[in-house]
Amino acid sequence: MQFVTITSPHTDRPNSVTVTMLWVIIALVPGAAAMTWYFGWGIVIHMLLASAAAVAAEALVLRLRGRPVVPAVSDLSAVVTALLLAIALPPLLPWWLTVLGIVFAIVVAKHLYGGIGYNPFNPAMIGYVLLLVSYPVEMTTWLPPIMLNQHPLDLMQTMNAIFGGTLPPGLDWDALSMATPLDEMRNQLNQNKMISEIRRSPLWGDFGGLGWEWVGNWYLLGGLILLYKRIISWHIPVAMLGSVLFMAMLFHFLDQESHPFGLFHIFSGGTLLGAFFIATDPVSAATTRKGQLIYGTCIGLITYVIRRWGGYPDAVAFAVLLMNMAAPTIDYYTQPRVFGERSAGDD
Amino acid sequence: MYYPSQKKPPRTLYKFPGGLHLPDNKAQSTTESTVRAALPGKLVLPIHQHIGAPSQIAVQVGDRVLKGELIANPQGRISAAVHAPSSGTVCAVAEHAVPHPSGLPALCVVIETDGQDAWGELPPAIDDFEHCEPGLLLERIRASGIVGMGGAAFPTSVKLEPENSRRIDTLVINGAECEPYITCDDMLMRERPAEIVAGIAVMKRLTGAANCLIGIEDNKPEAIAAMTRAVEQQGVADIELVVIPTLYPSGGERQLIRVLTGKEVPSGGFPAHIGVVCNNVGTAKAVADAVLLGRPLISRYITLTGEGVANPCNLEVLIGTRSNELIAQAGGYTGREQRLIMGGPMMGFTLHADNVPIVKASNCLLAASAREAPNPGPATACIRCGMCAEVCPVSLLPQQMYWHARAKDLEKTQEYHLFDCIECGCCSHVCPAHIPLVQYFRFAKNESWDQERERKSAELARRRHEAKLARLALLEAEKIARAQKKKAALARSKPANRETDAGSDPKKAAIEAALKRAAEKKARLAQQGVKPQNTDNLTDAQRRQIQQADTRREQLTDNVVSDDSAQTGASKDS
Repeated sequence: MQFVTITSPHTDRPNSVTVTMLWVIIALVPGAAAMTWYFGWGIVIHMLLASAAAVAAEALVLRLRGRPVVPAVSDLSAVVTALLLAIALPPLLPWWLTVLGIVFAIVVAKHLYGGIGYNPFNPAMIGYVLLLVSYPVEMTTWLPPIMLNQHPLDLMQTMNAIFGGTLPPGLDWDALSMATPLDEMRNQLNQNKMISEIRRSPLWGDFGGLGWEWVGNWYLLGGLILLYKRIISWHIPVAMLGSVLFMAMLFHFLDQESHPFGLFHIFSGGTLLGAFFIATDPVSAATTRKGQLIYGTCIGLITYVIRRWGGYPDAVAFAVLLMNMAAPTIDYYTQPRVFGERSAGDD
Repeated sequence: MYYPSQKKPPRTLYKFPGGLHLPDNKAQSTTESTVRAALPGKLVLPIHQHIGAPSQIAVQVGDRVLKGELIANPQGRISAAVHAPSSGTVCAVAEHAVPHPSGLPALCVVIETDGQDAWGELPPAIDDFEHCEPGLLLERIRASGIVGMGGAAFPTSVKLEPENSRRIDTLVINGAECEPYITCDDMLMRERPAEIVAGIAVMKRLTGAANCLIGIEDNKPEAIAAMTRAVEQQGVADIELVVIPTLYPSGGERQLIRVLTGKEVPSGGFPAHIGVVCNNVGTAKAVADAVLLGRPLISRYITLTGEGVANPCNLEVLIGTRSNELIAQAGGYTGREQRLIMGGPMMGFTLHADNVPIVKASNCLLAASAREAPNPGPATACIRCGMCAEVCPVSLLPQQMYWHARAKDLEKTQEYHLFDCIECGCCSHVCPAHIPLVQYFRFAKNESWDQERERKSAELARRRHEAKLARLALLEAEKIARAQKKKAALARSKPANRETDAGSDPKKAAIEAALKRAAEKKARLAQQGVKPQNTDNLTDAQRRQIQQADTRREQLTDNVVSDDSAQTGASKDS
């Protein structure tokens, strides 16, 4: 009797890339739902739009590269990239900017480097930074959270705003939009106001901006799902959040009136989303355990430094991209001690 | 009053990095006790069943052999004898399919059994092994063809040999059997614990180890109970049975030593380097048979399992029995068999046909169904998730090694400790991209060995070439020296010559006379019909010269050969 010969192991493999990506998508659901609750339909529209554009762009590039389309598209990695980019975009951003961002992310940042597994930079963050640098006004035009929003838009109105650039009669962009808490804090501080003075406004919650801070909590929940499913390890998130908190608390205690309490930085902007979903992107992050601690710590440091002294209100994207460049070097110098390998001390 | 407890505190166990909790699938094949497999009509015995040099066949086609009779001698130190597992006639010495990952046939001795199963003459039992010369015991183990039965098949006598004054303090007995599906060690421990413990006592005596630790995974309660009883009953001092947590691959030699002793076998070294020798329970049983009964290694326990086999079970089989006959005894195939695996699912290799014989190292035949071992599908790109590094029991970075192996950058793979990889398969199992990582590492290892071989042979060729050049230079120098000597001698005798030359030129006359003589001789011989040979009429001096040249040439070639072998020996040591 003849049998097929296949290399070991002869087991039912427990993991697959598709399942991993699916879990990332599932873990994004609480945070994305919370954002939709606070900021309206725009979040959902951008997620769908970006996903469709990402899959289309990926299929197109795969065809051009002469690679099989279905297996690569069905790994859902393009969808994850699209969702991560979409939830970082302002809810009423014109549709073509979303498409531009995601197409650039998929085509240039991912496939021109060789596709999944080969991209040195996080594609979603490349797309985000492209938009932020090129269209700073549109990218910083955020909506106020639902409890502060006097003119919440319904689905049709939101679609009109995104696809047609038109607002309901009697509303203009200035009346509708509001800066993000990070932006607000920064602007106020730049006007030499004191923290105690700034925080008197109803915009603020316990730590961060009203509403905003809760979105952070839901991303934290998603991150815990990923940790529980062992899709990510604790090293990068803990190191990154720890270093942001350390820096923020350090400066807070040095000068309480011009540096907000440490948790403000954790619950504002992209910190929690970045720590669990973006910095942990396996392809572009460091892979050794020690290396991940260094990588996460540096992202936290750079994030704080840019937020405090740099030209942008948030900096997670820049910090991640900068550390993406360093990841291979970090990996090289942080190889674990191999079992049975003698340490330098003994003979 | 406070009485200190008489009970020994539980032994501290240690952890190795990584590892996997796998569904063990061992229950299927342990429902019934082991039976002896039926005597097959033909036994196929590969002469290379072990690590080291193939053995040398000691029988001829047509020879009648008895059970236990030697049919192949070990060749060199690291080699093993092969014995006839039953009585019968040698009907062929030819290539036959053997269980090897390559699927290539190898030289086998085929015995047609006569059904009598008649024992040949066996060496005497050594009952008093405690007072027996260690050399004698080692010789018995070597003569019995015993190799590691856990799968590696390294000659046991070499392992137990007290190696250049390295002190062995711990003998580790491997009863972990961590790989899913395999239960032959489990059943052996349940059914033959006394023999195993006797074998352990022999090994303990040989190694001089003060302690002996038997490691068994906690998923084998029956085996643990049976072995505990046997250890107590036999009263061998300093044997401790240690129950270890089930975690693949705790049955790996280095991993088990780590779990039991906390020591790490140095990278690139052997357990003996840290005073440990590790042997499988099956090996211990074989040692007991050899020493206490005089029986060579001719049979073993093997697990037949998987959804492709009708009645999963363990059988005691003669080495050389073909797999298809065993499957038939286990109720035959169920029709769900997709792959036939020799060994377990993690480290075993697939057989392309089921007519291969069971060899000394065969512990399991797994006929896996499509559900048990589904085709993983094509490998996709590595997403660098690092799961492989997390489960690696050697703390390697499989992912980095994979990139370098793919790029055929062998030096880089070695920088990442390629040769510390034990090929346990954990990384491939968890890889979400289904990359056959271990396969890449085997490839890189083989390529590295090939390169090393090439480098060595190039080095040898270079040395030979240099030796030849040196030889030629020496000959040339000798020739020049001779010529100069002659010239000098000539120069010294010249003045005398010149005086005679001045007269009637006797040299010319002598030459002419000689030519004339030669012509006359030629004519005479031509008349007689004899053709001259130019070696016929040599002077004594010429003959001597020829002989000297011959001996010189022989000496030279001898020197070069011995020189080369000495040098290669030295480079091996370094």
